Amino acid sequence: MDMKVQKAKLGLKEKYRLMTRDLGWTPSYQPHEKLYPYAAYEGIVIHDWDKWEDPFRLTMDAYWKYQAEKDRKFYAIIDAHAQNNGHLNITDARYLSALKIFLQAISPGEYCAHKGFARAGREFPGVGTQVACQMQSIDELRHAQTQIHALSSYNRYYDGFHAFIQMRDRMWYNSVPRSFFDDAMTGGPFEFMVAIGFSFEYVLTNLLFVPFMSGAAYNGDMATVTFGFSAQSDEARHMTLGLECIKFILEQDPANLPIVQRWLDKWFWRGLRLLSLVGTMMDYMLPKRVMSWAEAWEIYAEDNGSALFKDLARYGIRPPKGWKDAAKARDHISHQFMLAFYQWSFGTAFHGWIPSEADLDWLSSKYPETFDRHYRPRWDYFKKLADAGTQFRNVGLAKLCQCCQMPCVFTEPDDPTLLCHRERVIDGHRYHFCSDHCREIVEHEPEKYVQAWMPMNQLFQGTSGGGGIENWMRWVNLVDGKDNGDFVGSRDQRNFAAWRGMATSNNGT
Amino acid sequence: MSQVFIVLQSNEETRAIVEAIEQDNPRAKVTRQPAMVRIDAPEHLVIRRTTVEEKTGGAFDLQSLHINLVTLGGHVSEDEDELSLSWNH
Amino acid sequence: MQIDLRTVTIEPQRHAYDHLEQRFGAKPASRYQEASYDIQAVENLHYRPTWDPEQQLYDPDLSRVRMRDWYAIKDPRQFYYSSYTLTRARQQDTAEANFAFVESRGLSALMPGELTAQVLALLMPLRHAAWGANQNNTLICGYGFGTTFTQPCMFQAMDQLGIAQYLSRLGLLLGDPESLGAGKRAWMVDATWQPLRHYTEDTMALRDPVEVFVAQNLVLDGLLYPLVYEHLVDDVLSARGASCVAMLTQFMSEWGSETRKWIDAVTKTLAAESADNRAALCDWIDRWLPRAALAVLPIVAIVLGDQAQSAVEDQMTDFAGRLGKAGVTR
Repeated sequence: MDMKVQKAKLGLKEKYRLMTRDLGWTPSYQPHEKLYPYAAYEGIVIHDWDKWEDPFRLTMDAYWKYQAEKDRKFYAIIDAHAQNNGHLNITDARYLSALKIFLQAISPGEYCAHKGFARAGREFPGVGTQVACQMQSIDELRHAQTQIHALSSYNRYYDGFHAFIQMRDRMWYNSVPRSFFDDAMTGGPFEFMVAIGFSFEYVLTNLLFVPFMSGAAYNGDMATVTFGFSAQSDEARHMTLGLECIKFILEQDPANLPIVQRWLDKWFWRGLRLLSLVGTMMDYMLPKRVMSWAEAWEIYAEDNGSALFKDLARYGIRPPKGWKDAAKARDHISHQFMLAFYQWSFGTAFHGWIPSEADLDWLSSKYPETFDRHYRPRWDYFKKLADAGTQFRNVGLAKLCQCCQMPCVFTEPDDPTLLCHRERVIDGHRYHFCSDHCREIVEHEPEKYVQAWMPMNQLFQGTSGGGGIENWMRWVNLVDGKDNGDFVGSRDQRNFAAWRGMATSNNGT
Repeated sequence: MSQVFIVLQSNEETRAIVEAIEQDNPRAKVTRQPAMVRIDAPEHLVIRRTTVEEKTGGAFDLQSLHINLVTLGGHVSEDEDELSLSWNH
Repeated sequence: MQIDLRTVTIEPQRHAYDHLEQRFGAKPASRYQEASYDIQAVENLHYRPTWDPEQQLYDPDLSRVRMRDWYAIKDPRQFYYSSYTLTRARQQDTAEANFAFVESRGLSALMPGELTAQVLALLMPLRHAAWGANQNNTLICGYGFGTTFTQPCMFQAMDQLGIAQYLSRLGLLLGDPESLGAGKRAWMVDATWQPLRHYTEDTMALRDPVEVFVAQNLVLDGLLYPLVYEHLVDDVLSARGASCVAMLTQFMSEWGSETRKWIDAVTKTLAAESADNRAALCDWIDRWLPRAALAVLPIVAIVLGDQAQSAVEDQMTDFAGRLGKAGVTR
């Protein structure tokens, strides 16, 4: 053959089509519903899966290549961190509380996302969507694993990290993230996608990773900066998938709009409640701070979010129902939550503390409308009690919201002096809620939310280790006097000071 | 007017990319933060392969952007020669 | 102030996370152990799935196979995300070099047209078989119980997607987009491929994660990969002048033998657990193995014609040996 034809170079789009969606086929030996049994029951109508647009066209060869490059960088830094006592570089041992919450609450969530996207990667009947979900699934596994690896060296030296596995399933405040992810995964593939892929990834993860990670950089925590940025480079792909997915669903059929809108309302609110944990970490647990939760919310939720919802308006989507209440809560939630944690610090696997005067001044300057009026006086009161040797302890257990599982410590949207509390009787049982939005979520699917595992109720019923606080502590693997309580006087505080002293003087051994 | 944005890790590899973005997007605003660079632009932002290659003097695969990408906002459109971000409203 | 922290010797408070000390003793844990053991939630699950309220969110009872501890299953390669990805990236470098070598020297154009046609007839429909394997492994990862069992299945799924993509590139190099189209038509309608497509669709209808593992990874791929890549491509077609094709499928041959070690280890652990498990495994093998053998026969015949029968029988003998070593006997 002497006339060797120059092959036409295929464009990226056409090549990617052949590498992915062309691989699938219409089954004929089995009915379609048998292979994709969960694709229809949520009521979402898809006419043509081929209309799916792949925003990033990564084939496996490119995926392996770029991800390996990221991982080589990541593990080089983690190894150096472990070998060189990198944990002593952090600004202050109080900062560790933020990492403990991260490992107990967020890393298991990454694993749920891994599992959930594996399921979505099988259940969606469109190849393009499946491939994107599968890649996200293994990325999420990566995130869980890099976090566990990065924080492993902290675990060897500090308390509060050692039992994150047991605490994932048993610790009361971890039922906030657990119920969030369990809720998403027990929804169908489309709801899962709108919940995690869109509402969480697109609207909210920037808030989790970007400001928190630059906070870690400010506080000398290279291990966390590294896993944060490394994970975030995958998130950009995930966010794009989430946005593409929602556009795709909305473009397929007008009947999808009300379903999607309801999911957006629900998952925005559930995500907001989950992230109040992050707000608390940002405002209170970073000894050196980059920005307040309120500022981060402004940049990453309000500015980006309004551009996004303006864009989605052409499909008839409006901003989530809780959007305005979220803005009202912006200047309150981190304070309300930290005050609650402080009172219950005997039952947390991280330390609480009263902020220093300088910290209180910083909070006053960042929250001029609210802090001096509502929260500083409470901290001053707690400080007076602590100084007098009568530290405030709330040994009563909080009512938990049946939906988000947060203790009902938040206030009315329009009255920060009044605790917000809602109730509803379902089948003769009374349920409590932290807000109208949480109550509405439950009212839509009561049969689902009455099943929730409520840690406080279980504790009262004696099913969590056999009744009593001591048994409960044993059951959650909480070491009393080490993992919990006030930072001042804690073993972490003493050890960190002593080890830093060894490093900065000639008395090191 | 809505802003699109992209955030990159700040390191040697992204220096040329940021320069290329500045050159191709005169209305873009570059903000340097701890360990990262944020670039905002009104409505639209483009990263061109050829401009990055002019800066580095070597071949540049746009997909390698993933290694240093932190986050972005806007719809993504990508082919071999450029990656653009935009809002449709 | 930058301080020299390396000069400090500090006694650690503990060696590893509690759950790893409980499993492996008070000593530092490996990255594989940290990444894999117990990281799936097990108790206090909040809600029943709305997609099937009979199931739990993580439900070991989805399988007929029972394990006292699913973490008894172990990946002998000790793959977690990073070790997996780095391994594949190295293999990808080799594959890239092989594709570049064949392309730059125009090696594929030197093959006789008939041979090229035979290679394409054999390999192009396998793009879809690999996609089926991707689907099945994704299901095992999604619904299987315990990370040491499920995480390698996600890797396997991504590998099968990678294989489908290598095959697509091979088709574009040896032929053109129409070669891929012809392969898909064959997959859909040619009698040669119907038993395999039928098998694939039937396995995609299964919901027992371990049965899917057996039907796809152990049985079907246990026959298909050694026969197609190691025997037909590496030996028979190479000898006929298609050695450049063997360069392009080097990943598949290596991958086949690497993953068999893992599959055998999983099978062995499942079988060793109980007589009931062995009975389940045997039942599944009885159900799927004869069908798999019938499905691969016409495919092998594309290259071997009349000798296909004996090649498949030889492979069945090897396969029986593998089962014996894994302890799968009644």
